[in-house]
Amino acid sequence: MDNMIRVHVTDREGQVHELDAPTDMGMNMMELCKSAELPVEGTCGGMAMCASCHMYVESDHDLPEKSDDEEDMLDEAFFVEENSRLGCQIHLSDDLDGLKVKLAPVGN
Amino acid sequence: MIQTDILIIGAGPCGLFTVFEAGLLKLRCHLIDALPQPGGQCAEIYPKKPIYDIPAYPSILAGELVDRLMEQAEPFKPGFTLGERAEQIEKDDEDQFIVTTNRGTQHRAPIIAIAGGLGCFEPRKPPVPNLADYEDRGVEYIIKDPEFYRDKQVVISGGGDSALDWTIFLAEGVASEVTLIHRRKEFRGHLDSVQKVMDLAAAGKIRLLTDAEVLEVHGDGELDSLTVKTKADGNQIIKADHWVPLFGLSPKLGPIADWNLNITKNAVEVDTFDYSTNVPGIYAIGDINTYPGKLKLILCGFHEATLMVQSAFKRIYPDKNLVLKYTTVNGVNGFEG
Repeated sequence: MDNMIRVHVTDREGQVHELDAPTDMGMNMMELCKSAELPVEGTCGGMAMCASCHMYVESDHDLPEKSDDEEDMLDEAFFVEENSRLGCQIHLSDDLDGLKVKLAPVGN
Repeated sequence: MIQTDILIIGAGPCGLFTVFEAGLLKLRCHLIDALPQPGGQCAEIYPKKPIYDIPAYPSILAGELVDRLMEQAEPFKPGFTLGERAEQIEKDDEDQFIVTTNRGTQHRAPIIAIAGGLGCFEPRKPPVPNLADYEDRGVEYIIKDPEFYRDKQVVISGGGDSALDWTIFLAEGVASEVTLIHRRKEFRGHLDSVQKVMDLAAAGKIRLLTDAEVLEVHGDGELDSLTVKTKADGNQIIKADHWVPLFGLSPKLGPIADWNLNITKNAVEVDTFDYSTNVPGIYAIGDINTYPGKLKLILCGFHEATLMVQSAFKRIYPDKNLVLKYTTVNGVNGFEG
């Protein structure tokens, strides 16, 4: 289908969710996960001002570099790894078809 | 005991606008907020970000919106209990609610308006095993009184201004030893604070561990050491009388979850007729409520607040008739003192 991609999200229990995502609605991974009722908070609404949509990118898609804001906010996340990103900063586009991400653990 | 007409839980935009709308009906308001300043998320998370969907403001900074709401509420002399979390609720024999905060401040009102947004902001706790066992036994998430750390071995975690500022403060003749642990080499605080921390580390006055994180806490009842992982040296044990993890704040629904309200997915169910909850006298407005078609927008919260105070008025004064008066006709008549 036009303007649709499929992405794979592994939740914190290890279950994989295959989500069909529109690429013509200006959505990001945080919003996509929330709309699928996956446990992603997205407290700040997508401004890279909290760290509640922390996820790991597990496929080798070419994503834009992290902004300073995103890097700074990852300081408030836990279990940060090389492939850590904020979901709200991953904007869904056609070249992300097949993207695989895993939700990062949350604090208490 | 603080007495008011409408006790508002949450001093964000929606709670502040409630003061204005209630004031037009000559109802007095008092607000409780867990944060030390009014404004909620707008002040705490994104004060410098523009908001574009406030009617008649093509663009306004979140912090400025809060300032203007405070100005708009001012004639109605709202009271504030800030930096305290609304904890317990009970009813007295005159059908008034008594709300007690975590610091024991008591408030009494016939009407409660929960405008709690995402909940109360609480320190984000690192997912370290058994951490809860050491809370207030060596692990603190907020530094209340620096004297508490005099001549102690203190470890601070985090990369923001509060971590940097406290490191500097405690290193200057307060703690006997200060270690700052951060997950990467760069810090996001003010440049001069970053420089000062670097200088202190170079002078051997603090121990700075970057590309590092705390994995475990140890001690026999009281904290005495931490396992710290660094990229360069692997795991090491550090002596610590205190560990202060400073990873910012995140909102939690908090104690209102136990107020016998109907809650779905961390939001309070309301009737859209007047935004009343299942408990008579308690209303919920703004981001904290839910109903079919709910949108979490500030402007929707303003609308909810406006309708809610009409219902609150009728509850307080069942025999009085309420006529909608336009501010353009009548002006805004505030309260004396």
